Amino acid sequence: MELIKPQFGLIFWMAISFLVLIFLLAKFAFPIILKSLKEREDSITNALNSAEKAKKEMAALQADNEKLLVQARAERDTMLKEARDTKDAIVAEAKNKAQAEANKILATTRETINTEKNAAITELKNQVAAMSIEIAEKILRQELSNDEKQKALMDNLMKDISLN
Amino acid sequence: MKSKLIWLVVCLFAATSSFANEEAVTVGAEKFDAGKTIVDHISDSHDWHIMGEGEHSVSVPLPVIVYNKERGVSMFMSSRFEHGHKTYGGYRIHENHIEAVNEMEETDAHTATVNEELTAATYDVSITKNVLALLVSVVIMLFIFLSVAKSYAKRKGMAPKGMQSLIEVLVVFVRDEIAKPSIGKKYERFMPYLLTVFFFIWINNLLGLIPIMPFGANVTGNIAVTMTLAIITFLITTFSANRHYWRHIFAMPGVPVGVLVLLTPIELLGVILRPFVLMIRLFANITAGHIIALSFFSLIFIFGEMSTGLGFGVSIVSVAFVVFMSVLELLVAFLQAFVFTLLSAIYFGAAVEEHDHDHHGEDAHVEEAAIV
Repeated sequence: MELIKPQFGLIFWMAISFLVLIFLLAKFAFPIILKSLKEREDSITNALNSAEKAKKEMAALQADNEKLLVQARAERDTMLKEARDTKDAIVAEAKNKAQAEANKILATTRETINTEKNAAITELKNQVAAMSIEIAEKILRQELSNDEKQKALMDNLMKDISLN
Repeated sequence: MKSKLIWLVVCLFAATSSFANEEAVTVGAEKFDAGKTIVDHISDSHDWHIMGEGEHSVSVPLPVIVYNKERGVSMFMSSRFEHGHKTYGGYRIHENHIEAVNEMEETDAHTATVNEELTAATYDVSITKNVLALLVSVVIMLFIFLSVAKSYAKRKGMAPKGMQSLIEVLVVFVRDEIAKPSIGKKYERFMPYLLTVFFFIWINNLLGLIPIMPFGANVTGNIAVTMTLAIITFLITTFSANRHYWRHIFAMPGVPVGVLVLLTPIELLGVILRPFVLMIRLFANITAGHIIALSFFSLIFIFGEMSTGLGFGVSIVSVAFVVFMSVLELLVAFLQAFVFTLLSAIYFGAAVEEHDHDHHGEDAHVEEAAIV
């Protein structure tokens, strides 16, 4: 029964050495170990978190880039379209202007031609009239060159008048 | 690392079997008493028995330190007693117990007259086998932890290396698997004790498995050691206990007064029983391990007394069983350290628990019951 009888000496030494052990370890070993462990764990957690954050930022950045690219592409398309429209408009305007100019020139020409034509016609008429008078004079002169003919004419004229 | 471990295991077994051989050589003419041999091996003693029996035994003498008011402090080596045959300085050793005798001069211990009154008042604080083994383990622990702490300070923020890796795993285990779940938020203040007690028990259990001086003493299988540990746990629990803890013992909330009359003594008994069970469990488990190993060895001598051949035959079986048991004891060594630490942590947890009307206390009881 010696086994289950605690001996004073052993309790004494056990208490002293165990308390000294706790004291020394609690002062010089465990705080350093536990603190280092905690610090390392924290730093690992932080590193993981920041990596995760960086990954997210990267993804966001990439999405932004994508968006920017799409926007740029759209802008380029619009610009191209605008340029094409402008070109078309300019060409159309030039065409219209040219047409209008041409029409105007045509109209002016036609008018000039008309005027010239009318002038020519008038002149022709005048000349024809003058010539007719001349001809008529010459004819008259020939017709009235002797007395008989004058008399015949007179008769004729008189006949007309009496008829009236 | 693996090869080192295997080497360690081989050493352990080689040592264990040499342990068997040494006894085989020195078995004397007298009848082999298995019970006495076993109890002698697992008990504390004032000298460190290496080998041999009776007159032929070889042992290392250890310092005897005794004190009483009348004679003051006496300090001498235990070899002065000549294995209990002589008295020295007014003391004799009888069945591992130092007794004060009336004769001050050196004389035959067997005829000396014991001074019962003085013996009762004498304090024996000798450096016995267990005390020496205890001091050795304390030195080993200090060496391990101070060097590990140094490597932590030196290798700040870096991955652990060498001894640090081994200790770190266990420190994290004690912190995350024992302290945090059992105690909760206030676990940090109990960490030094929990870590110390865990490693103390584990290392001493392991050292107890190595059958070469200065290891192989049955330190954690000694009731004085487990009692001291249990008392420290009890004191920490008691002194860190808050209002709610005491209220749960003396006036369990929601229980009628009539029932309280019954319940309070039971709760009080529980408070005393907890450290008592801690003490017995560790003591019994480790002592049982040693007893089993020694019993297998004793079989060799019991059969050897019948015939030498039979002894050799049985020795093969015995050694095989002891090897098996040693492997099992490696597990038990860790398990008992774990259980003691876990239960201490659960008691601390119950003591500092903030009252929120949950049934954590009951859970702890259930867990405890399961472990017992």
